[in-house]
Amino acid sequence: MDFIRNFPLFTIVLSLFSGVLCTVFKGRTARIYTAVYECFLTALVSCVLWYTMKTGTSFTYVMGEFPAPWGNEIRAGTLEAVIALLFLVVLFSSVVGGWNFVSTDIDESKINLYYGLINLMTAALMAMTWTNDLFTGYVFLEILTLTSCGILIVREIGRTTLAAVRYMIMNLLGSALFLLGVVLLYDITGHLLMVPMREQIGLLIQDPGNRMILTLAVGILTIGLGIKSGLFPFYFWMPDTYGWATPTSASILSALVSKCYLFLLIKIYWRVVGIDMFQQMPIRNLLLVLGMCGIVFGSLSALRAGNINRMTAFSSAAQIGYIYMGIGIGGEIGYTAAIFHIFAHAVTKSMLFLTTPRLAAVSEDSLLFRKLTGSGLRDKNAGIYFMVSAFSMIGIPMFAGFSSKIMFGVAAVRAGSVREMVMVIIVLALSSSLNAYYFIRTIIRLYTRSDPGRRVRPVRHRLSYNIPMILLTAANLLLGLGSVAIVDMIQRGLEMFS
Amino acid sequence: MKKQKITAGERFRRWLDGETDIMESLMDFNENPYVSHHEAKENKRIRNRRIDESTSAKRMMSAERKGFRVMYSVVAVISCVSLIGVLLFVLANLPRYGVENPRTVEVVSRYVEKGVSETGAVNIVAGMILDYRAFDTLGESHVLFTALVCVMILLRKDRKNMSGVMDDYYTIAKERFHEISTESILRLVGALLIPCIFVFGIYVLLNGQNGPGGGFSGGAVMGAGFIMASASFGFDRVDRVITQKLSAFIAFAALSFYSFAKGYVFFTGANGLENHIPKGTPGAILSGGLILPLDIAVGIVVAFTMFGFYSLFRRGNIGGQ
Repeated sequence: MDFIRNFPLFTIVLSLFSGVLCTVFKGRTARIYTAVYECFLTALVSCVLWYTMKTGTSFTYVMGEFPAPWGNEIRAGTLEAVIALLFLVVLFSSVVGGWNFVSTDIDESKINLYYGLINLMTAALMAMTWTNDLFTGYVFLEILTLTSCGILIVREIGRTTLAAVRYMIMNLLGSALFLLGVVLLYDITGHLLMVPMREQIGLLIQDPGNRMILTLAVGILTIGLGIKSGLFPFYFWMPDTYGWATPTSASILSALVSKCYLFLLIKIYWRVVGIDMFQQMPIRNLLLVLGMCGIVFGSLSALRAGNINRMTAFSSAAQIGYIYMGIGIGGEIGYTAAIFHIFAHAVTKSMLFLTTPRLAAVSEDSLLFRKLTGSGLRDKNAGIYFMVSAFSMIGIPMFAGFSSKIMFGVAAVRAGSVREMVMVIIVLALSSSLNAYYFIRTIIRLYTRSDPGRRVRPVRHRLSYNIPMILLTAANLLLGLGSVAIVDMIQRGLEMFS
Repeated sequence: MKKQKITAGERFRRWLDGETDIMESLMDFNENPYVSHHEAKENKRIRNRRIDESTSAKRMMSAERKGFRVMYSVVAVISCVSLIGVLLFVLANLPRYGVENPRTVEVVSRYVEKGVSETGAVNIVAGMILDYRAFDTLGESHVLFTALVCVMILLRKDRKNMSGVMDDYYTIAKERFHEISTESILRLVGALLIPCIFVFGIYVLLNGQNGPGGGFSGGAVMGAGFIMASASFGFDRVDRVITQKLSAFIAFAALSFYSFAKGYVFFTGANGLENHIPKGTPGAILSGGLILPLDIAVGIVVAFTMFGFYSLFRRGNIGGQ
């Protein structure tokens, strides 16, 4: 067996170990360790990606001496590897890009605990990406839930505590529903690993009564993960959660945590339920409608927000809606669009959440729009980074957002019925114009002089802020210009799924 | 002025609305003893008014207008009832376990039939969670640790969550606490019970592979022992054994031992190498391969976590400096 096949195991076990290790370090050491460690993991995962591309197949890895239906298993294919790579790049950028704020937002005695939580979260993200077992997914989902509450409350101001309580209630509800779904699936199939479970489901659905039960079980599971990732009626925790957390946390929570739940959901649809089976379920139509509602209402709420972070957070709700819309359109092309949008949004939103506090820092520490006037001139770099990410959100050509919007359009034309196509195109047009309206309005505000008489001296940044931002910009441009290569990888990965 | 009589129902309604605290009259240690009752009430009134006048509270109140409230409760009831209905429907229509679909028992029967010979543990549950599905349990023990870290972030005293007033409150509470614990029944009973609790905890912990028990339950019993000790003898005594540094280090050592031991088993198992861990004879104390050491590691983490929760809630710190 090739040695590279062990790397997914290393990413999980070493991250768990690092999480515990950081809690005994001092704050500064933990910070440097985390950054170096993320680089190391990125290298490991790149090797796995290269390996799966070279061999053209996925591989399963038995955890221990007991094979498939008895012991645990993880699995690595192109899609898992490329998603894990995305997660690690964004994690690295968030950790490094936000670390000046960490030392002001967090009490010094707790910085090591914070980085410990980040490492535990890395382990959970990796395990949920690689997992080939539904219950392993649940265990690491618990770690992800707890760590995301932890990195939220660590700022210790009243608002984050309030937001964390709300976030935790929603998340626990989601976890409980997900667990119920898993239990029901386990009861009817007798397996927890994805492959034997799917075989059993294939046998069971011949009976129409079982088909009904299966639909309900998958529906409960979908609602659970939908609540956790912010599907339409459940997105009202987003603005407080993302708006008040320390920038690193906000960026990780919006860009990675919700995406991880979405990826698990897609994996379950493909590997447990089977995509052909899922296409016939009414859940698909429900997701399409809820996704569209999310897009429209999220954009409208973003339009009304008076604070730049709230606006960005509500636009996250709209972007999650896009991903659900892609799942709702269905077919390989719909899923490709949805997964591509996971990439585009993760790269863009993390950049936005790392930029807005910089703009606030030169505007009397206020995130209100009226105070932000002219902040793009006071902090030139942050202004440019904001512009790049805003362009990507709007969908200007060359940037990631453009490619994903095109793909949603193409998916609607090719895969759906005429009615679906018309609806999707209308929603896309509406949301793009709303997006353009509120982001361009913000950009204009950033570059309007607040008092024309005074000469402003722009702020200079350290490399620790510029490097991750340039990395994310490069990733954004790569997704925008080289979308063909990424789409090819996603499609290969999806083929390996079925 | 005539004093208005408040019925129990009225008081319950007020508590539901968040106007009063039912426990208010029952608990005394929330009040500063140097402030008279009347003065404290006046202070509370002023504080409440200040909260009411803040913009965010106003916004919240306007959002919770009466219409919204009625609709909210109606929607909540409907969604709960429909969820219950769906779940009952699913339950009523589940295929009969193992009969309609005989392959559902495939996994379970292997655990029951071959569990003892394959894992070396008489307790099949221990064999299952620590050998067959050890990866899930590895995650689960880190869930506990994560919870401990979160509680530490929330409750450990630091410059941000402690204002001067609260500091006074803590020192007062601490002094009073020791006053109570010097001569009490608790102390006597504690002295009798604590050794038994620890012995029982260690028994449960070490016996995990042969009978009911294991790391989680044994650790919980031992954690209860620590809690009992600190409740009856005061934190000062316990702090001589468990310092902050020591507890952090022990948790670190136990969990990293767990990760690496299991990492080794996963690595050798997946690569088809021989792992040099003897299984032992089922039923003996040294049996079940890694199950016993892992149980000890888990037990230590659980005991520290439980004591940590208690200690953090009680005084905002784990262990002495």
